[in-house]
Amino acid sequence: MTTENSSRTSTVPETDSEEYSSVNPATDMIDCKLSRRDFVKTVGYFTGAGALGLQLISVETIVECAPLEFSASAHTVELTVNGLVHKLTMDTRVTLLDALREYLKLTGTKKGCDHGQCGACTVLVNGRRINSCLSLAVTHQGDQITTIEGLSGGEELHPLQTAFIEHDGFQCGYCTPGQICSAVALLEEARRGDASFVTPDLAHTGRVELTPEEIRERMSGNVCRCGAYPGIVQAVQTASRTL
Amino acid sequence: MIPRSFEYSAPGTLDEAVALLQKLGSDAKILSGGQSLIPMMKLRLASPPHIVDINRIPGLDYITEKDGFLRIGALVRESDLERSELVRSRFPILVDTTSVIADPLVRNQATVCGNLAHGDPANDHPATMLALGAIVVAVGPRGERDVPVENFFPALFTTALEADEILREIKIPIPPPSTGGAYLKLERKVGDYATAGVAVQITLNNSGACTAAAGIGLTNVGFTPIKAVKAEAFVKGKQLDQAAVKQASEIAAGESHPVDDIRGPADYKRDLVRVLTARAIVRALERVKGGV
Repeated sequence: MTTENSSRTSTVPETDSEEYSSVNPATDMIDCKLSRRDFVKTVGYFTGAGALGLQLISVETIVECAPLEFSASAHTVELTVNGLVHKLTMDTRVTLLDALREYLKLTGTKKGCDHGQCGACTVLVNGRRINSCLSLAVTHQGDQITTIEGLSGGEELHPLQTAFIEHDGFQCGYCTPGQICSAVALLEEARRGDASFVTPDLAHTGRVELTPEEIRERMSGNVCRCGAYPGIVQAVQTASRTL
Repeated sequence: MIPRSFEYSAPGTLDEAVALLQKLGSDAKILSGGQSLIPMMKLRLASPPHIVDINRIPGLDYITEKDGFLRIGALVRESDLERSELVRSRFPILVDTTSVIADPLVRNQATVCGNLAHGDPANDHPATMLALGAIVVAVGPRGERDVPVENFFPALFTTALEADEILREIKIPIPPPSTGGAYLKLERKVGDYATAGVAVQITLNNSGACTAAAGIGLTNVGFTPIKAVKAEAFVKGKQLDQAAVKQASEIAAGESHPVDDIRGPADYKRDLVRVLTARAIVRALERVKGGV
């Protein structure tokens, strides 16, 4: 079977169209009724060209989730994640991280410390990098949320993803989605001229030159237990030159 | 790592928020950046029955200069200070402070006003605001009132805010010419609270002596943020030569009340206050002369 491969080459593979026509990754995942086979197909969809489709989607899709009957304090919120709108009814206690992973099954975003100390759960909210474990999902009505799944353009990786591969910016890979999301925002902050602790001249307001020292300081919210830091710093520096 | 259940409200105006606080009393807790509150709720050190999220209230994310004050609105994030040209050019001490708070991810959510409203003596802005002579603007059902920051921290994790009040703004007097300030902090690693931190703001007169406007604030060496009033009184009218800096820093160290903990023994922290105070005064003097 080549379903995984074919799914990587086109959004709706012609060779297997009937099977794929029934696959709606978003609803399948939210219903939490994934068979192993569906899971493989869905992964293919997200890692392949399908991700591009998701990113470019212009019509808002509303996915209804079953309300939580056991929750004393349920709240409904519309989360816009990677361009898709998801209407979710959740316990008020659910963090953005848990909403992404447990409700939307976007498990690219990782749970590390669940405490705002490690950065594995980094996502972009309206372009700002934040710890999704320290943010309540109900507070994100109307926000534009981007996760690692929303960065690539299908086959075409985000330049930072390419740079992380090129420079071995990871070993086990668990912190990598957070590292990459964090670095995406970092490049924008540096382009805009935001200061950091090591910025020598606060009066200089133009684009910040991303020296290894600046990159280390600016990536300090993302911890890597494998110690792939040298590769991470090189990857960010390479990407900063190409973007 | 899951908080106790709570109700959630997101009022659209300050009036609505104040009305909610009035109705709910001490059951309510305000959520702004949430970078201290949410971890505390997850650890169940705090279990507020009702969260009042003020993030939906428009017009509170301003950093402006008006009527002789730098004004920082309730929803200004720490990272906003790092990118504000006004702050970078006029108040480098605020950039010193914000850039050593937690890490860039936390600073994108955490608010400056929340850093005060939380009442934690380990937070960094209180010492800086003490040095700057800031004023806290509280809004409640009885209208607005100004609270000088030196009266804002009566006890550990306690502020002068009433249960139905919101910290709406921090006002910092625009300093006269020949003023410089600096905040120095020692932390074990990025994201840690200060082992100790010292904020210094000084203004020199025409003959190069320190004016009465000097401010010195200390972080995490007592049950509240500490205004080192004796050291402030000492530097007043003095030429800050090496001997005066040494003496001022020793006085400031004597005003700290650290305790032994995982960050070190009390004696070590007291000495750290001495070292950091001396360095912060020197840095502030450099900035008076135009360095950033």
